[in-house]
Amino acid sequence: MTIQTMLLTMGSGMLKTCGIFILSLIFSLPLGMVVCFLRKSKNKFVSNVTRFFISVLRGTPLMLQLMVWYFGPFYLFQWSIRTWRFPALIVGFSINYAAYFAEIYRGGIESMAIGQYEAAEVLGYTKTQTFFKIILPQVIKRVLPAVTNEVITLVKDTSLAFTLAYQEVFSISKQIASKENSLIPFVVAGVFYYVANYVVAFVMERIEKRLNYYK
Amino acid sequence: MNILTMKNIEKSFGDLQVIKNVSLSVDNGEVVSIIGPSGSGKSTLLRCATFLETIDSGLIKYEDKIAVQNDENGVARYVPQKELKNIKRVFGLVFQQFNLFPHFSVIKNVTDAPISVQKRNKDEVKEEAMGILKKMGLEDKADAYPYQLSGGQQQRVAIARALAMNPDILFFDEPTSALDPELTGEVLKVIRQLADEKMTMVVVTHEMPFARAVSDRVIFIDGGVIVEEGDPEIVLGNPTKERTKQFLKNYQR
Ligand SMILES: Nc1ncnc2c1ncn2[C@@H]1O[C@H](COP(=O)(O)OP(=O)(O)OP(=O)(O)O)[C@@H](O)[C@H]1O
Ligand SMILES: [Mg+2]
Repeated sequence: MTIQTMLLTMGSGMLKTCGIFILSLIFSLPLGMVVCFLRKSKNKFVSNVTRFFISVLRGTPLMLQLMVWYFGPFYLFQWSIRTWRFPALIVGFSINYAAYFAEIYRGGIESMAIGQYEAAEVLGYTKTQTFFKIILPQVIKRVLPAVTNEVITLVKDTSLAFTLAYQEVFSISKQIASKENSLIPFVVAGVFYYVANYVVAFVMERIEKRLNYYK
Repeated sequence: MNILTMKNIEKSFGDLQVIKNVSLSVDNGEVVSIIGPSGSGKSTLLRCATFLETIDSGLIKYEDKIAVQNDENGVARYVPQKELKNIKRVFGLVFQQFNLFPHFSVIKNVTDAPISVQKRNKDEVKEEAMGILKKMGLEDKADAYPYQLSGGQQQRVAIARALAMNPDILFFDEPTSALDPELTGEVLKVIRQLADEKMTMVVVTHEMPFARAVSDRVIFIDGGVIVEEGDPEIVLGNPTKERTKQFLKNYQR
């Protein structure tokens, strides 16, 4: 195998990795906010059930969760899962990361001074206005460093897709490496992940800087 | 006409009764100062008046609109949220800790609520806000962010923010207590200016000379009850109650 064909094959895997990453992020960031609300619900039942699921999602291996999402429909309902591989990955990653994001958001929301809510209340803001205009923008700024950490971990965690034999960059490099008896595919994969995270860190830093107009 | 009427207010936190049968009325254009030792219930009284705390029993009325009164069992019942929201337009509150919105510029802090809560015209609100900021000596700070201002400036922005809602009565909870001594003057000056313009105000303060100079009436609270109230010259200069004398003596330092 020439180096060109190898890079070409791995390139398609890189695209797939990016696909998992971007879709998982798009779904998990807002989903985390929903989970955070459920977790903070005044209804004790809702908040306790949510807390239980968060602890399961954070307390079991992501690899295992991906397996359950993928094979679950087959074992439980005898559904055909032939086209389910990619959706199962996105569901698995999104829900797992939503659990982490939810706890980060919760920490951010709970760190807000009560005075912000009280000032808004006296000025007549509705609860929704207070949250979206006053609280959320400040929470975003506060949680950004913690979110960046998770996003970087997500880039690396996409490699767990190999457990479902999804042909992303890590699966492919493993296959080529064993077929060609070469370490080069792993080096290429390593460089890819590193560069991807370099970009992530760069983008997040830009966002942080943009939010630095106030303290 | 009375702008604020509070009658027989009772408020407890768990087993601790903090406000005991307090009645307080504030007339249009009147400036009332509330003094008293730490923990006597001054903040709680203001927070009840501004609905940040719910009272257990009693009546609160703004102008002729009842916000809360006792039912037949003597338990305080608030009017529905929608009516309460209407009543909230009548008052403003200035906090000890300013509680400005740090992610809003000064002008946005002042204009956002009139625009997005009162749904008033943007340009009109902005023009009015610039006028208020000018009065507060802050016209050159309109585009600054709160963290770029001194404590005294931040508190003046907070006062401007409250004024922009065109309240009929303004409450202050120790507006200068979080400030360095050299900054209290500029805030007190602004409040005094409002008093000269006949703004109705209730001010919780530890600044006795200020209370004496500005108020029409001083109320001394201790242990959740009004011990003495009346003309500032009498309450602060020559009080009749032993407890008031004691408190003021401790204050001479
Ligand atoms: N949310 C609360 N929960 C329980 N107790 C409270 C609460 N808020 C106030 N208290 C108690 O009520 C009493 C009166 O408090 P308040 O803050 O009204 O006093 P204050 O007169 O404003 O004192 P200071 O001059 O120190 O501000 C205090 O004993 C205080 O500990
Ligand atoms: Mg107080």
